[in-house]
Amino acid sequence: MSTKSRVSRVSGTRPKSARPRRSHVPYLLLLPALLLELLIHLVPMAMGILMSFRGLTQFFIRDWSRAPWTGWANYELVLDVNRPVGEALLRSFLTTCLFTLLSVGLCWLLGTAAAVFMQESFRGRGLLRALFLVPYALPVYAAVITWAFMFQRDNGLVNHVLHDQLGLGGSGHTFWLLGDNSFWALLTVSVWKGWPFAFLIVTAALQNIPGELYEAAALDGAGIWQQISRITLPSVGAVNQVLVLVLFLWTFNDFNTPFVLFGKAAPEAADLISLHIYQSSFVTWNFGTGSAMSVLLLLFLLLATAGYLLVTTRGRRNGHG
Amino acid sequence: MADHRGRPSSPLAPPLTFRVIRAAFLTLLSGFVLLPVYVMVTSSLKPLQDVAGRFRWIPTGLTARPYIDIWHTVPLGRYFVNSLIVAGAATAASVVIAVFAAYAVSRHRFRGKRLFTVTVLSTQMFPGILFLLPLFLIFVNIGNATGIALYGSRGALILTYLTFSLPFSIWMLIGYFDSVPRDLDEAATVDGCGPLGALLRVVVPAAVPGIVAVAVYAFMTAWGEVLFASVMTNDTTRTLAVGLQGYSTQTDVYWNQIMAASLVVSIPVVAGFLLLQRYLVAGLTAGAVK
Repeated sequence: MSTKSRVSRVSGTRPKSARPRRSHVPYLLLLPALLLELLIHLVPMAMGILMSFRGLTQFFIRDWSRAPWTGWANYELVLDVNRPVGEALLRSFLTTCLFTLLSVGLCWLLGTAAAVFMQESFRGRGLLRALFLVPYALPVYAAVITWAFMFQRDNGLVNHVLHDQLGLGGSGHTFWLLGDNSFWALLTVSVWKGWPFAFLIVTAALQNIPGELYEAAALDGAGIWQQISRITLPSVGAVNQVLVLVLFLWTFNDFNTPFVLFGKAAPEAADLISLHIYQSSFVTWNFGTGSAMSVLLLLFLLLATAGYLLVTTRGRRNGHG
Repeated sequence: MADHRGRPSSPLAPPLTFRVIRAAFLTLLSGFVLLPVYVMVTSSLKPLQDVAGRFRWIPTGLTARPYIDIWHTVPLGRYFVNSLIVAGAATAASVVIAVFAAYAVSRHRFRGKRLFTVTVLSTQMFPGILFLLPLFLIFVNIGNATGIALYGSRGALILTYLTFSLPFSIWMLIGYFDSVPRDLDEAATVDGCGPLGALLRVVVPAAVPGIVAVAVYAFMTAWGEVLFASVMTNDTTRTLAVGLQGYSTQTDVYWNQIMAASLVVSIPVVAGFLLLQRYLVAGLTAGAVK
């Protein structure tokens, strides 16, 4: 194989850079990646879609193909908001939407602000940059366990500071890992963990801005705030499109943070959709309804992503044209 | 990193208001970032009755005892070895496979190229929970049919984890390989290296920062994963992500040991990441965000 392709390459008369290379070499190079993606992602996904049309309960785990077909029954069950299953799913979905909106917004804001403030060199910048990346580098479970320790009701740092040291919120200690406040605890941890990624990406993007732009702006008398708003922020626009999308997908699908923070059963106010589906599948062993929920989640993510790309790409084009 | 890109340090210092706002913002942010780190370090050095009572900023007494006890309370050593094997093998395999795939996309024209990149990238979007259930059943059923115990084995976890980092790694390396001049590997091909020779002798050495960045990312992904580890491991193959939960029993939560163990399992990844983060920024600058 190698002789043949080499001969054809050496005897080629077209200019080197434009020479097309058609052989089976690229397919061989892609094969391992392709096989693994098929085995771990695509086949299970197809199976998941099939499973969502079956009554797959614990009796059929050993041989799932014997589970009876039930048509749209699983979907009817999880989409009926008047019944407990559908109502809980809808509530979990809405909670996840609000959580994602706030978390992505805050992560983006903190990351961009920090990257812009640290664009110009100052003493200790390298050290600070390393420090800011620590939450991103820490294993999720180690970081989140520490936050769980800090959010304890009786002995945690958060209540110690709020109640004992600042005297806020009366004498009774607040529950952070139970009840409605758990939403804010989860949001805090999520932002703490997520903003360094935005910082990293924006920092990398800022390094591609040519220095001459700033020199020219400074000669024209533009102050530092003007330089930031006229040069820096517009330059990261293209990166933001991908950054916000990635943050959205990661946050919306986040399982690890609530799972470690609350254990297997999250309080209602912080019941993110991934954890909710995990609960409904592995606790009740009803994989059929769990799969139907997962498929609906995937459909939503596909639609949201497509809509987002459509709107942002058109918006950018209009802005330039 | 003295590069001529980015904002040049102007001879005039930025105005005072800017510097005050910057200092205030960065100080607050540092406090927020450091708070859990401080808690983790100090609590790991406190005796048990200290962490079981009201939180104190300054420990009353320091002890290294938790760092000894963590190895006995739960089989932390075994979890550590499991995590090292799983994350190490997943990283090595993922980097090699990503290098091949990215090279094919960057240097070859072939039918289905766009389909491949779009498919691989879109798997990044799948919620893990969607393929957790079927994958769990696939592994159980393969085990029942062939007698190969995939479910609960390290091999199954390695296979799973390496696909998690694959899309991002391929995507980033495509950008990186594109920035390596084509003339270099064209020349190597003409000089008699096969396509593999050109990849290994020319492109890979020129793309080391990108490859290092991808390896760091893959290792961190595997080291920190919780969802699949919680379902796909058993007592002997349990990784740190699940094993750390063993410090809370029904009667006691050994918070000082949890903090000590968290610190110990974090050190390899945090140290590696901080040492290599320059490459990650450089790799992102050259590839992903261009």
